[in-house]
Amino acid sequence: MGALVRAGKDTQPSVEEAEQRQYLTFMLGGETFAIDILGVKEIIEYGKLTTVPLMPGFIRGVINLRGAVVPVVDLSARFGRGSSNVTRRTCIVIIEIESDGAAQDVGIVVDAVNEVLEIPSGEIEPAPAFGAKIRTDFISGMGKVAGQFVIILDVNHVLSIEEMAVLAQVEQGEAPGSPAGTQ
Amino acid sequence: MNLDEALQTFIVESRELLQDLEQALLRMEDEAPTADTINAMFRAAHTIKGSAGLFGLDDIVSFTHGVESVLDRVRGGELLLDGELASLFLSCCDHMGALVDQVVSGSDGDAELAAAGNALTARLKAYLGGPEAQPQPQAKVPQQREQKLEASGGGEVETDSWHISLRFGRDVLRNGMDPLSFIRYLGTLGKVVSLSTLTEAIPAAAEMDPESCYLGFEIRFKSDADKAAIEGVFEFVREDSEIHILSPRAKISEYVELIRALPEEDLRLGEILVKCGSLTPAELEQALRLQSGAPPGAGEAGGRQIGDILVDEGVVHPPVVEAALAKQKQTKDSKASEGQFIRVDAEKLDHLINLVGEMVIAGAGANLAAQRAGAAELLEATSTLSRLVEEVRDSALQLRMVQIAATFNRFQRVVRDVSRELGKDIGLSISGGETELDKTVVEKIGDPLMHLVRNSMDHGIEPSDVRVSRGKPAKGTVSLNAYHDSGGIVIEVADDGGGLKREKILQKALEKGLVAPGQSLTDREIHQLILEPGFSTAEQVTNLSGRGVGMDVVKRNITALRGTIDLDSEEGVGMTIRIRLPLTLAIIDGFLVGVCDSSFVVPLDMVVECVELTEAERRAARDNSYINLRGEVLPFLRLRELFELPGQPGRRENIVVVRYGGQKAGLVVDRLMGEFQTVIKPLGALFSNIRGIGGSTILGSGEVALILDVPGLLQQVVSREAHSKAPAGGGLVHAKG
Repeated sequence: MGALVRAGKDTQPSVEEAEQRQYLTFMLGGETFAIDILGVKEIIEYGKLTTVPLMPGFIRGVINLRGAVVPVVDLSARFGRGSSNVTRRTCIVIIEIESDGAAQDVGIVVDAVNEVLEIPSGEIEPAPAFGAKIRTDFISGMGKVAGQFVIILDVNHVLSIEEMAVLAQVEQGEAPGSPAGTQ
Repeated sequence: MNLDEALQTFIVESRELLQDLEQALLRMEDEAPTADTINAMFRAAHTIKGSAGLFGLDDIVSFTHGVESVLDRVRGGELLLDGELASLFLSCCDHMGALVDQVVSGSDGDAELAAAGNALTARLKAYLGGPEAQPQPQAKVPQQREQKLEASGGGEVETDSWHISLRFGRDVLRNGMDPLSFIRYLGTLGKVVSLSTLTEAIPAAAEMDPESCYLGFEIRFKSDADKAAIEGVFEFVREDSEIHILSPRAKISEYVELIRALPEEDLRLGEILVKCGSLTPAELEQALRLQSGAPPGAGEAGGRQIGDILVDEGVVHPPVVEAALAKQKQTKDSKASEGQFIRVDAEKLDHLINLVGEMVIAGAGANLAAQRAGAAELLEATSTLSRLVEEVRDSALQLRMVQIAATFNRFQRVVRDVSRELGKDIGLSISGGETELDKTVVEKIGDPLMHLVRNSMDHGIEPSDVRVSRGKPAKGTVSLNAYHDSGGIVIEVADDGGGLKREKILQKALEKGLVAPGQSLTDREIHQLILEPGFSTAEQVTNLSGRGVGMDVVKRNITALRGTIDLDSEEGVGMTIRIRLPLTLAIIDGFLVGVCDSSFVVPLDMVVECVELTEAERRAARDNSYINLRGEVLPFLRLRELFELPGQPGRRENIVVVRYGGQKAGLVVDRLMGEFQTVIKPLGALFSNIRGIGGSTILGSGEVALILDVPGLLQQVVSREAHSKAPAGGGLVHAKG
């Protein structure tokens, strides 16, 4: 028997090219930032964090996310603005990033989560060469929201595992195995 | 049937068979092959060919056919399996492996591969095309022929031929056997006088399974071969087929038994036997008559072993029976042990172990809740539960344990090939192959071991003349050894070569800037230098060209497995590389300790004892970090200082005494929280460079605790101390204390 399968036209998504993308905005040190919603897995309350010793300040520690151990990065410290204080509204945003071709979850500490916004691509300006007070490679664009600029972060750069791992190693001092620096 | 799945099975099986084949060939270099090994080799080649045929993999079929044919002649005693032929077979194994790989990758005929195949086939043909080897004179002419048989049960059947009844098992074709080839092979032992094919068993076309074999044969066979030889022909199908062999002088009663034993209708069978010429019509009549009455011979002997009866009746010689029985037992034994294995998808197992891990954590949570609630019944229930969970955990982990022998044995071939390539005479000795470790570890240890073995052979072992001049045996030895030691497994790669040249390494390290001039290093530290990146022993230390990857990659691979690598070398005597690995990467028994608010897990296998750090000792140990442990000096380190944790130590402090690879040390902690089943959760790439922490786990409360990497910790402290004492080094002195 062979059931006829009709290739219906209606299976084709009639949604036009995603011109508008959704962004999650959050507060950090009084400033508004945005990240692409596609990378955001969930938002959880801040708490039950285990510190990992001898790590640079921007690595807050690790949390248990339903059985998986997820590192938590202090975004403010990562931007070189000092550690953010924990308040009632402090949240951890769990973000999925690419590292060595594999997906990895990383949590970021933010002061407060605002809302999910749609920003048309026409409303996004390229990053300024300087003046944003954070590294330009961290910025993927400047979104115009209600006449204000919001920094859209490039999470794969901000949370680059390789870079952070190297920084962590520097924090630990030189490799104990080698008497002097290795090339 | 899912063909893809079947193909996967074929690939896995073929690889295993090829490995067996290779092992058998390598063994032959040391000892004369037994008939069993040759049979096993033939069977392996035959099965590969058969299965490949099922999938229409013509390349493999045609190539393997050539191999099989030559093996067949070896089996028949027509060819002698000498070193040259063994080498050819080894190359053939490689080629078959390459062909199987090609199937895996799904690529089409690679011209180079095909050419290599043709070359090998041509070489094989040379063995086949030789003068028709004269069949070896049959060594054993059945002696019972001289003996006068006692007439019983209707006298002898007047025939000078054997009678063979074959009923092939349903799965014969599926197992890659061709019934015809057996009959053809039978033809090499004598003359098939007549043959009747029984087609009765073939069902109606609609119910017929084209992959099943429904055929049976009645064969009249004239030969001087003895019964064992004829039985040997059907060796491979004996398990699942029904085979009856009657000697030329079998008695009618035996034919009666045969007729009775076979599934077909008696009368029809009788006709066939007559048609075959095994029985005359008169004899058949007598047989059928006998069958209806009580056969005098068989009745009384009913309870006795068939072998005894045969011997009593003078049909077979006792040794033949014994050999046959032994053989049967052997095959049965191997069958039995085979039956104990189930092929399980490794992924399913991993999933199971993950689930068990979650269960352990959930169990710990329940336990904690019960303790808080203080309900005695609940506590009892949870403690029973956690004991059971522990057992489930152990057996689940056990499932993934495999012996390291398979990994080690692969090196037989490597050593053989590399030693020929290098023109050195090197043997491999293997011990401790039965040591078990986690499959995931085994898979990852192969490559590092390969580098180490190659390194030892290339750079370690000297050429024969140098060896002789140094008073060593001309033949070098590389040995692989494995054993369990304090909760881990130790794998040793040792050679009796030249060892590391201390001065040369030091000189190189100075050139490379790895060592500051004037820095004093212990032998061990110097040896460790060769594990540094950019420090290749390949070109620098000895002037032999190296192949493969540097030792730093080996070290990195081992470290990724939470293992360590250690070198022991004595110049001119040899070198031993010791790899220590954890037994499993999943779940361990841990010992939970607390320092201020943090919890840490120490692998329980490393914990020797716990002692209190008394007030007096604390005062005494203010400047020095050691105590007197029953007359022994025990150095200790304070986790609080090491990890720069906040807070002041409480009034009571404890020392956890840990042992690792011959070293003992103490870890000063605030609280001892007891044993804890630790499910290891990797910390991820972000923490890949962290030292002193081996991973993390989740406590019953849901909090994350860190697992201490004791060897890493100790190493870190030792090297810090060494630095602070070195004249040039800027010492790291802890501010707090």
